[in-house]
Amino acid sequence: MTDTFFEIIRPGINTTIQDRGRNHLYHMGITISGAMDQKIFKLSNALVNNDLNQGAIEFAYQGPLLKLKNGNINFSITGDVHFNIIRKNSKVEEGKVFENYLLEENEQIDVISTKNSVFGYLAVEGGFNIEKAWNSYSINTKAKVGPNNGEKFSLEQKIYIRYSEVKKFSKKKIDYQKVQIKNIRVIKGTNFNYFSEEAKNKFFSEVYSVSNLSDRMGMRLEGPTLENIVNTNIKSEGSAKGVIQVPANGQPIILLPDHGTIGGYPKIAVVISADLDSVAQLPPGSKIKFSEVELDEAENIFRTYESEIKQYINKIL
Amino acid sequence: MIKNISNLGDAAVYCDFGPEVNKEINLKVISYFNHLNKLIKDNKVQGIINLTPSYNKLIINFDLAETNFNKIKTILENINIVESKNKISKKVRIPVCCDIEFALDLEELSKRLKISTKQILDFVFSKSYYCYMTGFIAGMPFLGDIDEKIRADRLSTPRVKVPKGSIGITEQFCNIYTFESPGGWNIVGNTPVQIFNKINLDNPTLINPGDEVTFYEITKEEYMDWND
Repeated sequence: MTDTFFEIIRPGINTTIQDRGRNHLYHMGITISGAMDQKIFKLSNALVNNDLNQGAIEFAYQGPLLKLKNGNINFSITGDVHFNIIRKNSKVEEGKVFENYLLEENEQIDVISTKNSVFGYLAVEGGFNIEKAWNSYSINTKAKVGPNNGEKFSLEQKIYIRYSEVKKFSKKKIDYQKVQIKNIRVIKGTNFNYFSEEAKNKFFSEVYSVSNLSDRMGMRLEGPTLENIVNTNIKSEGSAKGVIQVPANGQPIILLPDHGTIGGYPKIAVVISADLDSVAQLPPGSKIKFSEVELDEAENIFRTYESEIKQYINKIL
Repeated sequence: MIKNISNLGDAAVYCDFGPEVNKEINLKVISYFNHLNKLIKDNKVQGIINLTPSYNKLIINFDLAETNFNKIKTILENINIVESKNKISKKVRIPVCCDIEFALDLEELSKRLKISTKQILDFVFSKSYYCYMTGFIAGMPFLGDIDEKIRADRLSTPRVKVPKGSIGITEQFCNIYTFESPGGWNIVGNTPVQIFNKINLDNPTLINPGDEVTFYEITKEEYMDWND
């Protein structure tokens, strides 16, 4: 084990480590977790020659201030993020996202904030020297599952890094086109017919706004109340990322990667897989609309989404 | 045995085993779950990432990069489930302290149901319960069925924090809060036993679907000394 680490001088609001997520545990009540924006998470790894699923630091809104000790590293930051690199001579260099940098001992990365988005990623070549829990690096702070006892990173903690020096540094960049979603594509849910005709029409025609009661478990929306004409509860059953459930108050909630594995609210719709990353990046106050797609369309859109990631990665190499 | 297979979004299959909630239907759900789980472990199916059995549903989450709804549906339609009769479900005995400090809703429940607190507890301790599913929070077992005389709705205002170890009842079910969590079930006691233990990586859940659970009463002294 190397003795290279980040000293946390400022932890930021919600700084964790994430990867693709944790599988095969829903039946025990342990949810998938994983990076909220899988696309830019993967790209952060691609920029530093990592396996795309290597654990990366995820931050939200205000990010961490990290000081590198005992080594030098190759790192990248992805997202719509404002950050600085504080060099050894105290010179402050403005960081550019979707590029990689060489950072030397005692230099600092100051992740000031995410801009019109929520999450960003910091990947280091070789990854972090952190033990996986159930085959995943993802931290779930609500269930206290994952590395670091399932807690977000805190002040003065050390985050150990696997490689202590960069053998050969070469500059890499991605010309990333930011996606800002206003129209969320969904497939009708298994309880779509629990809602009145008026509610169904409202759901697909009116504007909803993202409330500030949103976190890694779910995104609460505010807008026209959706009237349930069958039952505001269902027999508790399993769920999935992207499920839009509507409790008795008629205001929809989109389930995100740390969602409860079982729930008893009717499912009006499900966000298509290709739109999940952009949904997760919607800050409170964002205005959105829903539009319906069929299953085969959703599958086609997903293939486009995947090939877009591949193209970004191919262009780096 | 599956009454209806539909898609839940583009990355999950929703298997409906019928509207009722009873042990017979749930055993069918669990036999499908066990069968699929084995196929996954033996690498005989690709792309399934999670299975969630519940009272009368089974949800199969898959990776859309590796498979899709129609492929999984075809697999399900061609599965031959052999319900093994000799499959022994585990029996678990759980100690519970019903001191007023832990039984947060016992008195209120006694007023609502118009039976004494002692009678409520006698009913709780007199039956053995079947575990329909685990989940919501890690390892939480959904058990049933409780005696008809002690069935009650959830609290009208759910608690923001239910203490870890709480035994809750509502409708035909009871459960154990494996972690401190929000919740609206009527709390009648608390167990000192660790139901979910993440140190035990391969088998962190003490109670699994299909298991049989009985409760027995312990004193507050026994509760306090339990983990010493």
